[in-house]
Amino acid sequence: MDIKDVENLANLARIELTEEEKSELLHDMDSILGYIKQIEEVKVDVQHSGLNIINCNVWREDLPVVVDGEESFSKEFITEQFPDSQDGFLKVKNIL
Amino acid sequence: MIDLKNLTIEKARTSLDAKEFSAVDLAKTYLMEIEKKNKEFNAYLEVYDDVLEQAKTADEMIAKEESYPLLGIPLAVKDVILIKGKHVSAASKILENYIATYNATVITKLKKQGAVFLGRTNMDEFALGSSTENSAYGVTKNPHDNSRVPGGTSGGSAAVVAGDMALAALGSDTGGSIRLPSSFCGVVGLKPTYGRVSRYGLMAAVSSFDVIGPITKTTKDAQIIFDVIKGNDILDSTSIADKKYLGTPKKDKRVIGVPWELINQEGINLKVKENFKDAVKKLENLGYEVRDIKLPNCLALYYIINFAEVSTNLARFDGVRYGIHKDGQNLLKDYLLTRRDGFGKETKRRILLGTYVLSAGYYDAYYGKAQKARIALRKEFQELFSEIDLILTPTSPIPAWKIGEKSDPLSMYLVDIFTVTANIVGVPAISVPSGFVAIEDKNLPLGIQFMASHGAEDLLFEVGKNFEAMV
Repeated sequence: MDIKDVENLANLARIELTEEEKSELLHDMDSILGYIKQIEEVKVDVQHSGLNIINCNVWREDLPVVVDGEESFSKEFITEQFPDSQDGFLKVKNIL
Repeated sequence: MIDLKNLTIEKARTSLDAKEFSAVDLAKTYLMEIEKKNKEFNAYLEVYDDVLEQAKTADEMIAKEESYPLLGIPLAVKDVILIKGKHVSAASKILENYIATYNATVITKLKKQGAVFLGRTNMDEFALGSSTENSAYGVTKNPHDNSRVPGGTSGGSAAVVAGDMALAALGSDTGGSIRLPSSFCGVVGLKPTYGRVSRYGLMAAVSSFDVIGPITKTTKDAQIIFDVIKGNDILDSTSIADKKYLGTPKKDKRVIGVPWELINQEGINLKVKENFKDAVKKLENLGYEVRDIKLPNCLALYYIINFAEVSTNLARFDGVRYGIHKDGQNLLKDYLLTRRDGFGKETKRRILLGTYVLSAGYYDAYYGKAQKARIALRKEFQELFSEIDLILTPTSPIPAWKIGEKSDPLSMYLVDIFTVTANIVGVPAISVPSGFVAIEDKNLPLGIQFMASHGAEDLLFEVGKNFEAMV
């Protein structure tokens, strides 16, 4: 790994880093990745991966759930916390 | 004056029902204790301003002869569980102004009982760490030695219970975050079976590992809270059906497996080892059969999945809908600046590591391989639990360390060696106090950890109570 790799990952993760942070992260990541590389030595005969073996998915209607007679979440609290809004809608910058 | 030192939920229930003291008296006593101690220990990030109102409501319920196990019981809540209308920040700057828009299911259940919430407790930012040193709001100090960490990530919750600033607390456990601080602070911590307690309203760190659980003074108290908060929840699709696991049949002789090879390796503190061997002897004297078993070191597997899911789960914090917002020239710059200023060091590190293990070219070698190893490990555990009833280890390989002593992140990860396994396979585990070691004129608590098969919390409570009676 080198600084360019750290910059690339930070860009993918949408985090701006200072030069000092980059070199510190490079050092830490080298040692951590060196350690978790041990996973290569684990022998498994399982064919498939990514399968959630503990639970199966559960579906429900995409409607607000009523808990004790009221909607489970507060629309008022949600809209109050928008960093920017107009007429009750969330306002964001142009994407293009 | 109420004797907080020796008070348990069980005793408080009796006294409240007998009207020896009121819920308001009890809440006031705790508030006074918090006022005296919190400045020093930094265990609460916020003490709620409506504590006495909540206690008054509880007293009104008691006056109507209502009685629930947690009615009027003062609890602390880790700063990662949502209470509608209250601040909740996951000890992160990115959520410093955030107000919860709904109640977590565990909160709804506790409110129905008339429990009193004292405040929200400090933790490692987004539950990433092992010491509570990663909080954006300063470290919490260990009540047994204020120069040492309380453990993490639920360090504030463990410290308030140990320091008599709450009768019990809620924590969350991703890889040991309830058990490790419980052992460092000399209290009991239960990590329930994955899916047995709803995660709705718990900010996700690692969705496939996370679970909410109690931190208490006794095993009986942990059982009381667990019985209230458990249960299937329509709002959490990963919560399991109530009847999925039936109770464990009574047996005359229970078998405990001990992974001696893992415990005897280098890096395990000698005093911890000695204390552990004593605990094993005590359990043998209690009539348990102890057998040598093999358990692998699962840290690499654990951290790969941890990094991957953390990087995904924390993608939602971008300054667009809630939390802090840093303004740049365009939307992309907004993201970059908000995340730069909002996230702490360890959080950034894990997001980058997760982005790495999930990126094209490395996915199969890391994340794909880890998922396969996880399935294999779960099978191994199922076979193991057909022969034994419990697995026993120390909770932590070392006692609480000095604040600032572990500056290398990898050395901190290694402390989770005994706790991560339960999260990988989803089994329940409990940490119970196993005595003290004298280090630099201070007595530091140690803990031992029992794991049981899926849904067998009752076995953990049984052995925890038996062991407690011996210590």
